[in-house]
Amino acid sequence: MRDLTIACLTAVVVGAGFWAASPVETQAARPARLPNGRPNLNGVWQALNTANYDILSHTAKAALAFRPGPVVPVPAAQVVAFGAVGAVPAGIGIVEGDEIPYLPEAKKKQLENQANWLDRDPEIKCYLPGLPRANYMPFPFQILHSDKAIFFAYEYAGAVRNVYLKDPGPAPVDSWMGQSVATWDGDTLVITVTGFNDQSWFDRAGNHHSDQLKVVERYTPRGPDHLWYEATIEDPQTFSRPWKIRMPLYRHINPDARLNQFKCVEFVEELMYGKFRKTQGPQ
Amino acid sequence: MRKLIALAFAALAATTVLAQQKPASLRTTDGKPDLQGIWSNATITPLERPQNVTSLVISEEEAAKMEGATQARRDRLNQPSDPNRPAPPKGGDGSTGAAGNVGGYNNFWLDPGERVAIVDGQRRSSLIIDPPNGRVPALTDEARARQAARLKRAAGAGQYDHPEYRPLAERCLLSFGPTTPLVPNYFYNNNIQIVQTPDHVMILMEMVHDARIVRMNATHLPKHIRPWLGDSIGSWEGDTLVVDTTNFPPQQNFRGASENLHVVERFRRVDANTINYRFTVNDPTTFTAPFSGEIPFRAMDELIYEYACHEGNYALANVLSGARNEEKRLGTKQEKQ
Repeated sequence: MRDLTIACLTAVVVGAGFWAASPVETQAARPARLPNGRPNLNGVWQALNTANYDILSHTAKAALAFRPGPVVPVPAAQVVAFGAVGAVPAGIGIVEGDEIPYLPEAKKKQLENQANWLDRDPEIKCYLPGLPRANYMPFPFQILHSDKAIFFAYEYAGAVRNVYLKDPGPAPVDSWMGQSVATWDGDTLVITVTGFNDQSWFDRAGNHHSDQLKVVERYTPRGPDHLWYEATIEDPQTFSRPWKIRMPLYRHINPDARLNQFKCVEFVEELMYGKFRKTQGPQ
Repeated sequence: MRKLIALAFAALAATTVLAQQKPASLRTTDGKPDLQGIWSNATITPLERPQNVTSLVISEEEAAKMEGATQARRDRLNQPSDPNRPAPPKGGDGSTGAAGNVGGYNNFWLDPGERVAIVDGQRRSSLIIDPPNGRVPALTDEARARQAARLKRAAGAGQYDHPEYRPLAERCLLSFGPTTPLVPNYFYNNNIQIVQTPDHVMILMEMVHDARIVRMNATHLPKHIRPWLGDSIGSWEGDTLVVDTTNFPPQQNFRGASENLHVVERFRRVDANTINYRFTVNDPTTFTAPFSGEIPFRAMDELIYEYACHEGNYALANVLSGARNEEKRLGTKQEKQ
C-alpha cells in the first residue's frame, strides 16, 4: 500500500516535473530503501552544471577576471596565461525565475565581489564552501546514510556535514558549513541549515549572503540514480524575499565510484604564503 | 567556550538519557555490531609504558592515584589568574600555561583526558600491549639514517624558511598527533564520529574535519595514490570490524614511520558506552618489530562542531613573515655595527 502510494506520488512528481519520464521509467524509478523504509541516499553524487561559475543564466566568456581593453575588456594579467582553460562555460542557471532578489546595498556588494573575484572568492583560498555551493561545485560528494545518521562528505576541501536527526536547538556558534537538521516529508529529505557565518559565497560571480542565511534543502529521489535537489534561500539582511534554486544530482554509477581527495589547503600555500618565503626560487 | 557549551549540552542530554532507560540495540539492521556515534579516545594512560612501571595491568589504587594526580593538577591550573600579575618575562615564565611561551594555552582550553584506560576490565599502564614492555620497538638502521638525514637537512635550512618546512598541523593539513592509528594526542579534541553503512564506514576526526571513508570488502588503491590518511579498506571478522590501511604519503610521520606504514585496526563494540579499539603498526623499514595497542573509545553525548583550521590560520603567515622581519631587523643591526 505504502509502495503504491509512493509510486503514485512519484508519478505525479515526475509527470509534473521539468524532465518528463515515461511510465516504464517511473516503475524503475522507485528508489532503493533502508530497512526503516526511507529512501536510501547512500552513494557518490554530483551536480552536472556550471552553477559554480554563476548560479544565474550566463553566456560563455573569456575569463573570470578582466581588465579594461582597448576595444572590449580582456582577461586580467593574473589569468591571461590560462587561455581557453580559464574561460567560463555558459549555463542555463539554477535560480527559479533567474533572478536573485538582492536588497540594493547587497546588489552593490555582489558587483564589487565580482569585480574583485581574485581577491575575494573563498574558493580561491580553498576555504570551506558553505551551502548550497558545496552541492554544485565541480566535485562529487558522498552521502553516508544509515538508520542513525546522515553524513555528507565533500571531495572539495574535504568539507563535511553531519546532519542531525534530532534538532539540538540553535547553533551555539556560526560556522562555514552551518548546522544541518533533517526531517522527512514523505520520500523527500528536508534539511534546514542555519548557523552560517557570512564568509561563503554562492558562486564565482560574487553572489553572497550574511550570517542570517537559512537554507532549506529538499532531496527527492527521481529514480535509482537521480536526486532532485531544491533549496530555498532566506536572508532578510541580503534579500528582499526568499528565493529558490533547483537542479538534478546524478549518482556516480561506476562500481568503483568513490570520493577522491582534494585537500586543496596545500595547493594554495604558494598563493597565500609564497610571499613570505626566505628565497623565492626560480620564477 | 567549548567546555561551557559541552556542559550545557550535557545537561540537556542527561534528561534525555534518563527518559529512555531502554538500551538501544548495539547492532545495525543488517546484523553487524553498531559502531555508530560520537566517541572519545582521550585517556591519561600514555601510549608507551613509563620505564619505571613493569606491568601492563595496574591496580585500582594505582589508577585512582594517577587520576587523582591529574585532577589535582587540573584544579591547580584552573585557579583564576591574579588580575594584578605583571607581564610574563621575555621568553615566557616557564609554566605550561599561556604565560609559558608563545603558543602556550591556558588549561581551560585543554581536554587531554581524565581517566586511566580500562580494557576488558583491566586498568592499563600503557596503550601499547605488544611488545610486552609496552614500548615502541627500536628504529631500524634505515629509519635512523633517514631521521639523521632529515635533521641534517633541517639544520642546513631555517625551519621558518618555507611553509613546507612547518609541521603538517601548523599548515592545517592534518591534525597534530596520530591520525591513523587513532591514538589520542593528550591535548584536546580527541573526538571521533563513526557512521556505518553496509558498504562504507566513515571515521571522522574532529581535527581537521578529516573523514576517513573505509571501503568495505574492497582492494587497495594503486600504489601511486597516497591520500593524507592512507587508503583504508574494511571487512568483518565475526563481530570485529577490521580496517586495513596502506598507501600513506611519505610526509605523514607516525613515530618516524615511512610510506611503507601498514596499520590494521580492529573495532569491537563491547557495551553501550564502549568500543575496544586495537591497532597494529607494521613498517619493517622503520621499526624492528610490529607493535600493537588497545584503546577504549568512550561514547560521548556531546556534539562535534566544525574545526575550520585553514580558514582561521593566521599563525602560518605570521610565523613566516615574522621570520622575514626578524632577518631584516638583524640585517639592519649588522649593518650598523
